Amino acid sequence: MKPFRMFGRSIRDAFRSVFRNFSLSLASISCITITLIIVAIALLASLNVNNFTKLIKEDVTIVVFIDREVDENKIGVIRARIDQGDNIASIEYKSKKEIREEMQASSSILEASMRDWDEDENPLMATFQIKVKDIEKIEETASVIEKIEGVHSVNYGKTMINKFLSAFKVIEKCTIVAVILLIVVTIFLIVNTIKLTIFSRKREISIMRLVGAGNFSIKIPFVIEGMVLGMIGSLIPVLIVIYGYYAFYQHFDGQLYSPLIRLITPEPFIYIISGIIILIGMIVGMLGSYQAVRRYLKV
Amino acid sequence: MKDVTMQYKNGVTAIYNLNLKIKKGDFVFVIGGTGCGKSTLIKMLYREEKPIRGEIIVGGLNVAKLRNSKVYKLRRKLGIVFQDYRLLPKSTVYENVAFALEVIGTKKEEINKKVLRALELVGLKGKLRNYPDQLSGGEQQRVAIARAIVNEPKLLLCDEPTGNLDPEKSMEIMKVLEDINSTMGTTIMMATHDKDIVNKMKKRVITLKDGRLISDEEKGKYKNEAI
Repeated sequence: MKPFRMFGRSIRDAFRSVFRNFSLSLASISCITITLIIVAIALLASLNVNNFTKLIKEDVTIVVFIDREVDENKIGVIRARIDQGDNIASIEYKSKKEIREEMQASSSILEASMRDWDEDENPLMATFQIKVKDIEKIEETASVIEKIEGVHSVNYGKTMINKFLSAFKVIEKCTIVAVILLIVVTIFLIVNTIKLTIFSRKREISIMRLVGAGNFSIKIPFVIEGMVLGMIGSLIPVLIVIYGYYAFYQHFDGQLYSPLIRLITPEPFIYIISGIIILIGMIVGMLGSYQAVRRYLKV
Repeated sequence: MKDVTMQYKNGVTAIYNLNLKIKKGDFVFVIGGTGCGKSTLIKMLYREEKPIRGEIIVGGLNVAKLRNSKVYKLRRKLGIVFQDYRLLPKSTVYENVAFALEVIGTKKEEINKKVLRALELVGLKGKLRNYPDQLSGGEQQRVAIARAIVNEPKLLLCDEPTGNLDPEKSMEIMKVLEDINSTMGTTIMMATHDKDIVNKMKKRVITLKDGRLISDEEKGKYKNEAI
């Protein structure tokens, strides 16, 4: 029972001292708020950028043209052989007829010229549209498919993809580095602010020691206090994330410039980010307090 | 309280080869001029400072070898009173006294009982809800004494408890300390340079000069050569 009782008191003391040292608490809270807002924006931006690159990558398709002479049975065999490759995410078959109908539907000029074709003299080629799992191995995969008997040719926008790939890598790395840097800076800022506020309570700590509080039981209320500060400090950033992102999403209608660059849909996303922000706030607050108190326990 | 031998140094030596034995239930004054080492002696007893040599045993604990993380074990056996009171300014009188029991995890009802008793003993039962800055110096010091004795320590260390008080208030404090000594049987060790107090109380007096023990007598008087 004793540990529970002491833990309960620690929680009570933590809340009490947040309010009794309100001006200092406010300093810590506003520091946490501001830095967490920056972290939140960085997180939102970087996750969205990563989402764009993922979407664009997913959109890359290998189009496999099948020789005209190949009949329906043979197509099944080719499909099975393509499917054996381990980099294949999905295969979609389009027969000559389907392609023709698609093309006819897409423009009236094509419609006029194709209307009279009869099925046997359709000059188009049946295709497989293949999505790959790992875009970096697309070249390899394409060359394997090209060698399969009955395949006429393979097309996947070789040069464009290579350019994209290298750009994506740079963007991904940059955003990750930026977010990590920001988090590190945040930790330093918050830890230092909390250290300052605890410095003014050095006396309190020495009195605690004087009356026989164990080091552990001195730390606990401070650590909980740090956690509470972190939580309060993350409130505004969380509201900004939820309402701000929602408004942003609505304003741009879920996409930037082209349908290809879609924003991440807000529903679960903003709540996950909010959770992360609260967690960062709490952990950093706890760490800061812990570090700061430790310095004053060495007497 | 057993045998105490120690030497202490931080650049300057504050205490030289001191041998001291204090019996249970004693009331001891430590006197001497400024810088004679009386505060250092008290500080070593509650392990604020560590001697570089020697052995200090308080209530069976070897204080000189006590690790930093274990200091609380010693402090729970002691009560300490300072010249500057050292109260928590943002806690009420009651909370200040209760604090000493809360940190060791005492039950709420027990805390309530003990705190009220301690405050009654120092005559402050009527000011439970006041904050320290609403009290006079003498009252604050009595709160500090209540906090020091609330967990019924065997030894009460006082480092110039009357240093900030006028003679009348000082005598009130001494009355309280004497009460504690006689009713609770608490050993009291008090550093002071107040001549009148020492002369009036007629207790054991230990005189230090430049870190050396120069006299130790029962029912002693304040000696002028000590200053």
